[in-house]
Amino acid sequence: MRLADYRNKEALKQVPTRNGFGEGLIEAGKADPNVLGICADLSESTRMEGFKKAFPERYFQIGVSEQMLVAMGGGLAESGKIPWIASYAMFNPGRSWEQVRTIMALNEMNVKIAGAHAGVSVGPDGATHQAIEDIAIMRVIPHMLVVVPCDAIQTKKATVQLSRMWGPTYLRFGREKSPVVTSEETPFELGKAQVFRDGDDCAIVACGILVYNALVAANELSEEDGVECRVVNNHTVKPMDEATILAAARDCGTVVTVEEHQIHGGMGAAVAETLAQQYPVPIEFVGVNDRFGQSGDPNELIEHYGMGIGSIKEATRRAIKRKQR
Amino acid sequence: MALSPERVLELKLRANDIRQGIIRELVAAGSGHSAGPLDMSDIFAALYFHILRHDPKQPDWPQRDRLILSCGHIAPVRYSAMAYAGYFPLEELLTLRKFGTRLQGHPERVRLPGTETTSGPLGEGLAQGVGMALAAKADGKAWRVYVVTSDAEHQCGLHWEAVLTGAKFKLDNLISIVDRNVIQIDGNTEEVMPLEPLADKYRAFNWAVFECDGNDVAAFIETVESAKQVEGKPAVIIAHTLPGKGVSFMEGDYLWHGKPPNREQGEIALRELSAERERILAHA
Repeated sequence: MRLADYRNKEALKQVPTRNGFGEGLIEAGKADPNVLGICADLSESTRMEGFKKAFPERYFQIGVSEQMLVAMGGGLAESGKIPWIASYAMFNPGRSWEQVRTIMALNEMNVKIAGAHAGVSVGPDGATHQAIEDIAIMRVIPHMLVVVPCDAIQTKKATVQLSRMWGPTYLRFGREKSPVVTSEETPFELGKAQVFRDGDDCAIVACGILVYNALVAANELSEEDGVECRVVNNHTVKPMDEATILAAARDCGTVVTVEEHQIHGGMGAAVAETLAQQYPVPIEFVGVNDRFGQSGDPNELIEHYGMGIGSIKEATRRAIKRKQR
Repeated sequence: MALSPERVLELKLRANDIRQGIIRELVAAGSGHSAGPLDMSDIFAALYFHILRHDPKQPDWPQRDRLILSCGHIAPVRYSAMAYAGYFPLEELLTLRKFGTRLQGHPERVRLPGTETTSGPLGEGLAQGVGMALAAKADGKAWRVYVVTSDAEHQCGLHWEAVLTGAKFKLDNLISIVDRNVIQIDGNTEEVMPLEPLADKYRAFNWAVFECDGNDVAAFIETVESAKQVEGKPAVIIAHTLPGKGVSFMEGDYLWHGKPPNREQGEIALRELSAERERILAHA
């Protein structure tokens, strides 16, 4: 897997994943005239602005009405449109969960949710705007596709591919600049987890912007402890690539999951459900542990809530120790 | 164009058919809502047998008018109208709410083509109708969107998001029909959460507003014709209906909002409706 040189922090590009969404949406719009953008008063910050400029006749501003985003999207999808509905993840799908369940999933409508500003890395806005329960409430709904790309380039690719693919969808991304670990050449396929680093002492299964932290942690563990961790970018939380996760568990014998989300019900829980049934191994979970976020600097919050590189290393050491017992 | 007396007679008989179908459905199901379906039977007769452009043999015909039933709990009236219109056999009405049925307690589009949306959670139909009407406009299509809502679902926030949005996009291909029967599960709408002045609310939101007797098929059809002439804004028809219309012991009683007749009550209701049918024919 060709990656950027994540070891060289200075050389690494830092781009918000939301930018990837904005670029991807324009590309998707060029490829298919049915692609629409609907926004609830956050076109600039969700990066729908570019699509609005490129395709004004296919952009709809509806004001602060997040339930309306879903319902109107469902109505438009009935005629074969492919509406992307954008707001902050906290409100879309946070505020509109029942509409997502009824109108998109049960009703089988091809609506695409763009959940921006996910995670505590929203930073100063504080707990009200930090969606850390969204993966849980989306992955529990039948038919929903849940995708959490690892960087801006991958978010762009995901946006383009999701636009081509039929199905109710949740795409989650963040606000802050985050390291771009993939390149244009890095392959990306929905539903196919990616092994970003090889190893068989422990599998670190991550999604979203914390994939970078997982890679750095794995590297430092190699230098400090002489253990080699396999890092899996588990971008498609649902339907999950069980084969890649099972292979990692079998080869490594222990797993650490890493996500910017509550531990309960998130991507790690999905991994645990699969492994508990098919190949039980010790698992450690890195994520927010049943707490709300708060205002602060994004990196400070990632550290405070136990998702920093040090926390991942500690969790990995615990996981390896449990394996040896 | 004025309706011929023959046409009005036919529609009255259709409404009577639909009511009898509703009673049979509800008795067979042993649960479900009575008052709303009965009071909307005249409007559903007008829609399915006069107003809508549709093809029962081809429920997904792209050029069809879309009829969204937002208040999914009154599904028995839609199912009955669809059965009489030829979407499925009349016997299937007796499967309402039973395991494996296409006639779910609250309608599901995927299970029963022709229902357009999945509904039951209130306040969501107009919002989807706005999306459909917008799609029709964007594609230059001539089909219209009709949405049937209850009055009590005007207590839902999303409904008003849809009212705002419909006006913003000047959706004159969208007609919303309010079943103004003034009841909801817990009682009178004006006691539970007052909606009046409802017409003024819609006017203030830049909608064209019409009112009519929702139990008078001819008056309703005439009102729809006027609503279709509106340009540059969506139209709402506040249809005043009598809950439980057609069954004497249900009429005007909110307690019949959410329960079905038992077998004995069902038989009385069917007898009353048959007698009403005879009266309609005698007056013709």
